[in-house]
Amino acid sequence: MLRLVRWARRNALAAVTIACLAGFVLAVLAIIAADLTSEFFEWSRLTGLFAQKHVVTAIQLSAVTSGTTLGLVVLICVPAGYALSRYRFPGHAVVDTIIDLPIVMPPLAIGVSLLVLFASPPGRWLDDRMLAVGWDRNAAAGIVICQFLLSAPFAIRAAKSAFDAVDPSLEDLARTLGCTRGAAFRRVALPLAKGGIFAGCIMAWARAVGLYGPLMVFVGCVRGKSEVLPNTIYLEISTGGIEVALAATMLMIAAAGVALVAIHGLSGGRRWWGA
Amino acid sequence: MIRLGDVGLRAGAFVVRDVTLEVAEGEYFVLMGQTGSGKSLLIKCICGLIRPSTGCVCIDGRDVSRLEPRLRDVGYMPQDCGLFPHLNVLRNITFSLRARGMRRRPAERRTRPLIDMLGLDYLLRRRVAGLSGGERQKVALARALAGKPKVLLLDEPVSALDEPTRREVCADLRRVQTQLGISTVHVCHSLAEAQSVADRVGVMHQGTIHQAGTVEELTQNPASDAVARLMGIADCGSAGSQLG
Repeated sequence: MLRLVRWARRNALAAVTIACLAGFVLAVLAIIAADLTSEFFEWSRLTGLFAQKHVVTAIQLSAVTSGTTLGLVVLICVPAGYALSRYRFPGHAVVDTIIDLPIVMPPLAIGVSLLVLFASPPGRWLDDRMLAVGWDRNAAAGIVICQFLLSAPFAIRAAKSAFDAVDPSLEDLARTLGCTRGAAFRRVALPLAKGGIFAGCIMAWARAVGLYGPLMVFVGCVRGKSEVLPNTIYLEISTGGIEVALAATMLMIAAAGVALVAIHGLSGGRRWWGA
Repeated sequence: MIRLGDVGLRAGAFVVRDVTLEVAEGEYFVLMGQTGSGKSLLIKCICGLIRPSTGCVCIDGRDVSRLEPRLRDVGYMPQDCGLFPHLNVLRNITFSLRARGMRRRPAERRTRPLIDMLGLDYLLRRRVAGLSGGERQKVALARALAGKPKVLLLDEPVSALDEPTRREVCADLRRVQTQLGISTVHVCHSLAEAQSVADRVGVMHQGTIHQAGTVEELTQNPASDAVARLMGIADCGSAGSQLG
């Protein structure tokens, strides 16, 4: 202990900054440990808790909607990130800023804005003919719209950064070697940027899975109809079902853990222990 | 054969204008000039990465001015080699054949003579990240030649190498060019480098070609001070006295 104090005196800056870091990490570990060791929860009953019909429905709806969102993210955000990285067009800086809006806007405000948009004449037209987004009609469509809008910016930003890191002259070179512009994108830019793109897509998926507030406003929160896992946690807490809420929480923590490991793995690998 | 007729192009504020040039079948032409004289722009214009605003670019008697780079039948080797870091050496070399739809095995078979000619056999499974400067140049050369182009364009291919490696790569370039009989344009700013490979040399200055001819012709009768300086002569007036 005395040695630690001596070291801290000699290295004041390192001591203060590392203490800040350690404090935050301990706080995160504390909440996870609290979930895992909660007296309200018995591990032996886990299977039974997950077998409840509304929990199964919530898991299925979460998987389907976040999977669909991930598909849309891959289809739309990767090309969008490429365009933002490679092309300079009028209003480029404005577009670049608008993309970040859903990241900085309060999620509830986006839910309200979506509600207003779908109450407007063009929104109603779209809703009547294609989407039918209400909880009592097509809840999944509404959930996907919400999830996509709030998670896409992360994927676009990650894709842009990944493409920025790829030297455009390599694509030019590929064009002299027999590639069309599209083939140069597919054979050169995409493979070189794939680590960053995957990481961005996973981050977008993790954001989509955990989304709750705007869904409550835009689609509603009705058991068995528009219930995704975060809604389950809210509904169970509201009705005193802390055990199911904790089980759903742990499932989401596990999903987040898998996503983080995948992100770090795809970002060039990392030593998990040691300096 | 390459023929440029009154080629003009613009890149930002810099202008290349009225470039007329002919490189004969099987000729090794070196384009010399100081940094920023427009050599690389002209090379990019020939391979189609920049479109000329005026004039025409003909390759093998065909006007390719408006064609995409992939349709021009050129092999292009940029200054930094531009090897694809996600592919190994063999995949880099066969890239142009695979991009044109050839299957992996036939593509590997077809590039075999080139690999043997450049002595690259021991590198084929290596990633490009660990290659030395000279090895990178040879792999880039093999890749540029794999599609059997009609024209080879080399943009400062040895400028980043140390002197012994530079001599070795220049010798390889000349040997391979002679064996294949391919028209070649090689950009550089070193007279020694030009002398080691060139049939003819062209001197570019401020976006125009001032003079083209053999090294001897340019040294004896430089058309401008810019040419004289590149030939290692104080100015064009002193060419005769220095040589005499």
